[in-house]
Amino acid sequence: MSESAPNPMDIDYVSNLARIELTKEEREKFHHQLGDVLQYFEKLKEVEVEGVEPTAHAFPRFNVWDEDIAKDPFSVKQAIQNAPQSRNSQIVVPKVVED
Amino acid sequence: MSNANIVSKTAVELSHSLSEKELSSQEIAQAYLEQIDRVDPQVHAFLHRDDNDFLAQASASDKRRAEGNILGPLDGIPVAIKDVISVQGQPLTAASKILENYISPYDATVIRKLKAAGAVIGGRLNLDEFAMGSSTENSAYGPTRNPWDFNRVPGGSSGGSSAAVAAREAPLTLGSDTGGSIRQPASLCGVVGVKPTYGMVSRYGLAAFASSLDQIGPFSQTVEDAALLLETISGHDPLDSTSYPTEVPQYSAAIGNSLPPCTLGLPKEFFGEGIDDEVRKAIDQTIEFYRSLGHKIVEVSLPTTDLAVPVYYVIATAEASSNLARYDGIRYTSRSEQSENAINVYAKSRGEGFGEEVKRRCILGAYGLSSGYYDAYYLKAQKTRTLIREDFNRVFEEVDVILTPTAPTPAFKFGEKSNDPISMYLSDIFTISTNLAGLPALSVPCGFTQAGLPIGMQLIGQAFEESNLLSIAHAYDREHLFGCKSPNI
Repeated sequence: MSESAPNPMDIDYVSNLARIELTKEEREKFHHQLGDVLQYFEKLKEVEVEGVEPTAHAFPRFNVWDEDIAKDPFSVKQAIQNAPQSRNSQIVVPKVVED
Repeated sequence: MSNANIVSKTAVELSHSLSEKELSSQEIAQAYLEQIDRVDPQVHAFLHRDDNDFLAQASASDKRRAEGNILGPLDGIPVAIKDVISVQGQPLTAASKILENYISPYDATVIRKLKAAGAVIGGRLNLDEFAMGSSTENSAYGPTRNPWDFNRVPGGSSGGSSAAVAAREAPLTLGSDTGGSIRQPASLCGVVGVKPTYGMVSRYGLAAFASSLDQIGPFSQTVEDAALLLETISGHDPLDSTSYPTEVPQYSAAIGNSLPPCTLGLPKEFFGEGIDDEVRKAIDQTIEFYRSLGHKIVEVSLPTTDLAVPVYYVIATAEASSNLARYDGIRYTSRSEQSENAINVYAKSRGEGFGEEVKRRCILGAYGLSSGYYDAYYLKAQKTRTLIREDFNRVFEEVDVILTPTAPTPAFKFGEKSNDPISMYLSDIFTISTNLAGLPALSVPCGFTQAGLPIGMQLIGQAFEESNLLSIAHAYDREHLFGCKSPNI
């Protein structure tokens, strides 16, 4: 696709919603590419769906209950084994509250 | 028996050799390790191996057999795993930098079932990052090459799983399919790949991409092998609330029964422009074969076909943006060293940890769900999804299965589509609608191009009718066995 469609999306606003920091190059590239994709989505505008129920799952199941039985949980060690920083069996995070 | 001989066998043949004491599980495991050593520097299907663990499992299987305690036909047979399915104590990267140090603390349900069946769980297989892609070019650890032509992609996202079977690095592998990620790479690599009905196989322990579409499924050389692996991993699981409470038939037994005359539907929308001539010819021959067996062939119509790709990309990206929020740089992913505070730790860790396509899809998904756009995109797509399901329901009133090409072209070259997302998305045009409708579908090798590239046909079945689907596929496969042809590598 040589020419890109105009893109109504505010990339800075949406990438902040998605909590993804983009480089300047990525912002420009995505602006063009996502404009094309949104243009492609325009096909959906023509579909007549008056009175049609939405499908969230192909075979929906409702009220799936689990037996109320205690199970062996992860140990603390297992639960935090993949944390990027931990200390004294706790996950270390950047400072949240100012001094 | 030579290594080349061992690794060319199907899982059913290996199982037979084990029970006849012609081979031990350790000999099988050793043969595959040597094959991987020999070919994987070129193919690059594997992201991780744990040879000691692999051989120890094989040895445990041999011990069970010596004691007369084998756990079933898969006991002692290697199964390699797409790197999105949790195996306790093994890495799970999802081919992403953000999970480069992650070790799974538990087994996925499919792994628990395979271990209970005595299968020898092998290495971790490459994919497009978080299963987002159709070529395995989006892996943070480098692409997998198609064993039939190293200049071409193996398909995706389960490209490592399809290439490993084609290159005889594993007799069986598991992949996952959200919009074609099992069937399209199976087609491009000349092996069998099955996407089960949504809810037949537990998703517990699968790194989620789009939860309402994802299913785990098997790769193999033959439909017979796929039936065996599928019956082992299927079944209701209380740990997955979308898992469907239904009995699992013995597919491997069902495909041996004689097949009554069936009706196969050819959707006219799938046979239009854009199909490669050689693909078209191979599919025509497949249709003629079914006709020669006495099955009825009818043209059908699925008028919503051209809406499937846009509906899919609205729904799948919305679900992905929500699912991938868990990769936050706090709990179990790598954290950016540039993060300064509790807010930008997320954005910086994700900006550094995710690859381009994952960022693109998360942003697109967040947009489709954002205030002011939800009704126009997400809700509209969900309603259109209902129309797609209704189309299939109507067609299945008159046919048993639907036959189509799996992909419009054979394997394409590296870089051919990687800078044009829509062109890449369209390589899944024949597979995507079945995920939206939740239906079972599979790809079976049905020939080669003049240049020697594999071609696959897709059969789509009715919900929870895997027995019928596999039986119809087996009727073709056992007479042709294109998946048993090995590339010259």
